[in-house]
Amino acid sequence: MSRSNVTRRGVLKTGAVTGAGVALPTIFTASSAAAFTNEPTGSSVTLGFNVPQTGPYADEGADELRAYELAVEHLNGEGDGGMLSTFSSKALQGNGINGKKVEYVTGDTQTKSDAARASAKSMIEKDGAIMITGGSSSGVAIAVQGLCQEAGVIFMAGLTHSNDTTGKDKKANGFRHFFNGYMSGAALAPVLAANYGNDRKAYHLTADYTWGWTQQESIAAATEALGWETVNNVLTPLAATDFSSYIAPVLNSGADVLVLNHYGGNMVNSLTNAVQFGLRDKMVDGKQFEIVVPLYSRLMARGAGENVKGIFGSTNWHWSLTDEGSKAFVKSFGTKYGFPPSQAAHTCYVQTLLYADAVTRAGSFNPCAVEEALVGGDSSLPGISSEANRGFLFDGLGNGQTLYRADDHQCFKDVLVVRGKENPTSEFDLLEVVEVTPVAQVWYEPDHPMFAGGNLGECNPGA
Amino acid sequence: MDGFLLQVLNGLDKGSAYALIALGLTLIFGTLGVVNFAHGALFMIGAFCAVTLQRVLNLSFETIDETKTDFLGNPLKVKTPYVESWFGPEVGATIIDWAVPLSILLAIPVMLLIGLAMERGLIKHFYKRPHADQILVTFGLAIVLQEIIKLWFGANPIQTPPPEALMGVANVGAIVGLDLPYPIWRIVYFCFAAIIIFAVFAFLQFTTFGMVVRAGMADRETVGLLGINIDRRFTIMFGMAAAVAGLAGVMYGPINPPNYHMGMDFLVLSFVVVVVGGMGSLPGAVLAGFLLGILESFASTTWATTTIPGINQIIIYLVAIIVLLTRPRGLMGRKGVMEE
Repeated sequence: MSRSNVTRRGVLKTGAVTGAGVALPTIFTASSAAAFTNEPTGSSVTLGFNVPQTGPYADEGADELRAYELAVEHLNGEGDGGMLSTFSSKALQGNGINGKKVEYVTGDTQTKSDAARASAKSMIEKDGAIMITGGSSSGVAIAVQGLCQEAGVIFMAGLTHSNDTTGKDKKANGFRHFFNGYMSGAALAPVLAANYGNDRKAYHLTADYTWGWTQQESIAAATEALGWETVNNVLTPLAATDFSSYIAPVLNSGADVLVLNHYGGNMVNSLTNAVQFGLRDKMVDGKQFEIVVPLYSRLMARGAGENVKGIFGSTNWHWSLTDEGSKAFVKSFGTKYGFPPSQAAHTCYVQTLLYADAVTRAGSFNPCAVEEALVGGDSSLPGISSEANRGFLFDGLGNGQTLYRADDHQCFKDVLVVRGKENPTSEFDLLEVVEVTPVAQVWYEPDHPMFAGGNLGECNPGA
Repeated sequence: MDGFLLQVLNGLDKGSAYALIALGLTLIFGTLGVVNFAHGALFMIGAFCAVTLQRVLNLSFETIDETKTDFLGNPLKVKTPYVESWFGPEVGATIIDWAVPLSILLAIPVMLLIGLAMERGLIKHFYKRPHADQILVTFGLAIVLQEIIKLWFGANPIQTPPPEALMGVANVGAIVGLDLPYPIWRIVYFCFAAIIIFAVFAFLQFTTFGMVVRAGMADRETVGLLGINIDRRFTIMFGMAAAVAGLAGVMYGPINPPNYHMGMDFLVLSFVVVVVGGMGSLPGAVLAGFLLGILESFASTTWATTTIPGINQIIIYLVAIIVLLTRPRGLMGRKGVMEE
């Protein structure tokens, strides 16, 4: 009869030792490789470009992707270098980011929050993206920004104009270069008052989501402060295509200005409908009826065609600017693609460069180090007396001196007031810059009521 | 009062598009028994016939203007349309100006051909398959068509303005002393829709071909036993339905600039229109189209949206539920359709 040497105690001991042996390397690996999410260990680093490739903003998304590809080229030392030569920070040398070659993956947001989060999640978890960037919808940007905060990666917002992105929904891992609804209102209202007078009655049609609400609130507040009266604000569904039912009541409302808080296809259709109903030829109490589109884009202007002529709006950037940074970017982009870049392309290109520059100056991809480099400086905008006037000050990227503010990760810079051009010389020459509103005029404090309620929180390095 | 009448006009206008699409859907369902989810795509392709003709008429040759520069600082390339070069600037400009109405001449044969090709190439293979299969395949086809259009024309809306003579507004209430300014093109669209609807009914009612089709719709088997090739006629009806949807799309372009997604925007609502009107009922489709168009228009007024928030987005479905609860076959539905 044989006797087994296997005892219960022996099995437990062996199991414990084996388990620890198997687990130990993993623990070490985890602690060393997971100092932060997706720490790059090879010779390359992956960025995630999350833009609308399908859906109503697909053209805008395509332009953003072009800009990202151009930025990657320039970061890797290819092409003519674009804004690398005009950027006030000279950390970027065209040898990738921190010596690592820049690669990228793309995702399709479909202009839907859930789809955008899913594609961002996939890029982070499967492709190892160290930074996510993209935009064209504030709803999407806010959703993806929240995801990046949880995942521990940096989010460099593309085109997002809602006050909430760096207001009540701001996050420590999120950064916005693009301007916002408040800034549009502050820049646009004085120009409107100067051109149309202080005694006006405005009727607002507003896209029914975060961007529309905050823009309407901003424009109404800014114009009311100058004497205008807001006679009505009608929320329109984002999916609306025919706005005739919303335009018809404007005719008998007593209003003499129609403010279209619409973007993309909504704006093209609502403006077309408004013009069809003869609003631009209408007189109300001896005053010429006017239409205002607070947020303009060249791509939208192209869609709206003749209808944009003479209509005021605001924009973050325009290809006709003559500063060295803008000229360098337009030359790079125009030579590569055959047409000038949109404001969406510009902000995405700039955000990529700003991220790369911050990583290089920080000497690390760690999101907390990147945050410190992006907004942690002590520099400030000249001429603005405020405790909140501190962060990272830079120049040469197309908007003049710009501050990445520490308190809310919002960029502060001059804002352009534009008008649909009466006699365009080409298919791209649709808007003319009528005023460059100085940054001091669009400045606000972080606790401004339109931005209050949020909490930036702490940066999350993930893992 | 003026505001009320304006919303009625808006509703008639919206209803025109619903009625035309629903008419085509009903024609196809009534003849071939197919639930065609690609019908919205046909409406969209019609609109892009206008875009295509507009682009063809604007085909240009380039000359260099040394006195001006483009955005990169190079000498400006000035484009002159060939039609202006061939027919003179004035006649050429007029032809380009009337691109949308002229597109009707292009859209009719194109849409007929697309309709026939769809029916012969794809849909005929699904006659004996369940409705779910038909819906899936036609929905898939709609997505393919819309992606092709997006690939060629991009995702942004493209302006197809009406002729200058038909721009602006007309006071339609002047006769009765009311101030009712309404866009001329929308009036044109409503009249156009009325003519098309009348023509379809007249064709079915007063021609031998139409009589055979109606007989086939009522009893396909018996008509077949009489030695009539009813399948061929039904195929032609599919082409005609496609042409009706296409024409609706062509003329809709100046109202809202065409984009690749416009078909889907109308498709679901048009199906609701068909169901409310009564499956297989042509007058029902037209009646429900105008009725739901008007109701949707009123539901979008400030008064309605403040009284019941969100009513503008659910009104059509709400009415559909009420109609189906009270009249399960729809407003003018016939017994036996989709009931076996």
